[in-house]
Amino acid sequence: MLNFVVRRLLAILPVLLAVSLLTFLIASLLPGDLAYVILGDQATPENVAALRRDMGLDQPLWWRYLSWLGHVLQGDLGRSFRTGQTVLQAVAERIPVSLELMLMAEFIGLLIGVPVAIACAARAGGAFDRFMTGSAFAMLSMPSFLVAILLIYLFAVELHWLPATGYVPFTEAPLANLRFFVLPALTLALAEWPGIMRVLRSDMIATLQEDYIALAKAKGLKPARILFVHALKPSSLTLVTVTGINIGRLLGGTLIVESIFALPGIGRLLVGAIYTRDLVILQGVVLLVACGFVIVNFIVDMLYAVLDPRIRHGHA
Amino acid sequence: MSAPLLTIEDVAVELPTPRGNLRAVDHVDLSLEAGRTLGIVGESGCGKTMLSRAVLQLLPKKAKLTGRVMFDGQDLVRLPSESLRRLRGRDLAVVFQDPMTSLNPVLTIGTQLMETIQEHLELDAPAARKRSIELLAAVGIPAPEQRLAQYPHQCSGGMRQRIAIAIALSCEPKLLIADEPTTALDVTIQAQILDLLAREQRRRHMAMIIITHDLGVVAGRADEVAVMYAGRVVERAPTQALFKRMHMPYSEALLAAIPKLETAPHTPLPAISGRPPDPTRPLKGCSFAPRCRYAASRCHEAKPDLKSAEMPDHLYACFYPIQMAEGIGA
Repeated sequence: MLNFVVRRLLAILPVLLAVSLLTFLIASLLPGDLAYVILGDQATPENVAALRRDMGLDQPLWWRYLSWLGHVLQGDLGRSFRTGQTVLQAVAERIPVSLELMLMAEFIGLLIGVPVAIACAARAGGAFDRFMTGSAFAMLSMPSFLVAILLIYLFAVELHWLPATGYVPFTEAPLANLRFFVLPALTLALAEWPGIMRVLRSDMIATLQEDYIALAKAKGLKPARILFVHALKPSSLTLVTVTGINIGRLLGGTLIVESIFALPGIGRLLVGAIYTRDLVILQGVVLLVACGFVIVNFIVDMLYAVLDPRIRHGHA
Repeated sequence: MSAPLLTIEDVAVELPTPRGNLRAVDHVDLSLEAGRTLGIVGESGCGKTMLSRAVLQLLPKKAKLTGRVMFDGQDLVRLPSESLRRLRGRDLAVVFQDPMTSLNPVLTIGTQLMETIQEHLELDAPAARKRSIELLAAVGIPAPEQRLAQYPHQCSGGMRQRIAIAIALSCEPKLLIADEPTTALDVTIQAQILDLLAREQRRRHMAMIIITHDLGVVAGRADEVAVMYAGRVVERAPTQALFKRMHMPYSEALLAAIPKLETAPHTPLPAISGRPPDPTRPLKGCSFAPRCRYAASRCHEAKPDLKSAEMPDHLYACFYPIQMAEGIGA
């Protein structure tokens, strides 16, 4: 098991290096000179040249990458030239919002997707299965901005049950905070559950064909035990993967949903950085988000081993 | 003669396929008394596994089953699913062909044993655990206590089949169905597993159905043998009587297809030529007629019934039975 963890950890290193190189290149190869952005249209060529020298922009690309990477490894991701905030400060300020949104969305998504998938697989091809598979497909093809607007219209404008936009920190007003998160989380969850449901449903259907399920039936076990103990665990590997990818993706914030519901999360931070050409923030945030994604996937790999003893013992 | 524990009456199984209905089991009658062993022999696709699944009520959802399966005074076909569930695993147990796929890969051996015991017997966890250890020891697993915490992939194929047998035996079933229990195993393990099954059967006085394609497997172990071909029982007799004189040409051909020690090397095996008939297109005559070297025109016209001749318990379905004993003409 320890061997497995170490192997996985070592495999992450080259991935992180590649991620850092890509984020650096994306930010550096964007058209437009950072010095012009900072100095504005009143800049003289001398000012620009001086600033470029100050910021090291006159150095070759590989040298700039290495020195940036060196700083990053020391925990210095740079600071915004607009607000003066460091990347870490900006992210630390925004991450609780995106994290809460992600957790709630994933929770609701699993809450809908998993039971529906099990019910569908238990009677595959039946009326409920066909109806839910169809609904999932319809949901999957609805863009989130449309879902968001429909939800706002229904729950905020018509029923007045929930606020349409806004945010208060959880520490200040927990209940109000949760109320602000319901609609955005629901918007995301409605896009998440069809994927969760379809993946788990097809894996469950395959598992239910297995000999060991026939034996479980022949052993006279209760149907619920067969579904939840014998079939769900071996069917959930793909589900864990999909959930991991979802979490990683939502961790990086959701540009559209955060913008519509005016939630100050990572997504809004990124959008702002793009609009203001705040490349240091952009580059730093993308790097952190990518690292988060890699780490979540590492945890997913560890979960495989928890779910399937054959992976734990190096048989598969 | 006591009342049979299991009576299969006119059981037929049809499976819908894109090419039409497939008749997997074609009106089979069989019976088995408590404590006795029935061997069901036939080649792949003859319906022997479908018949066993019909007894267990584990047929695919789309399969259509007709007839009656009387077990211990109850018709399993019409039994409500909850009563059936209580019966399965307790009175009616099964060992499947492939122990590599019949044990759940993500549950420990202990869990898979104890869940059966705790489902049917009123035992608490420590008692169920103790019983599991006894069972594993009984089926010849060394260090049974350590095995409980292990997963199936940590055991060899033979070991897994022993575990599957321990699970089947766990609630002292009245009937054990062993569906090709040794086909997936090494030759060296096969005899061990069959002997284990025979020993436990005698010890627990349970009835057993051994399903196999190998007449050699049932030879010394079954009290009665039923030979199946194309979904039908074509010959049925007490084991000794059957091996003494086979009446049905198919049984004879099956026996001839077993390699013998005295045969010179490089002698081709007398394989049964041709293939079984398409089960979606039933033949008018005897289903073995196209492959039978004794077949006459009558065999292609009408289906012979399963009936007895000189011995009341030796049934066969053939117009021109072969007689191996002297003095009895065709």
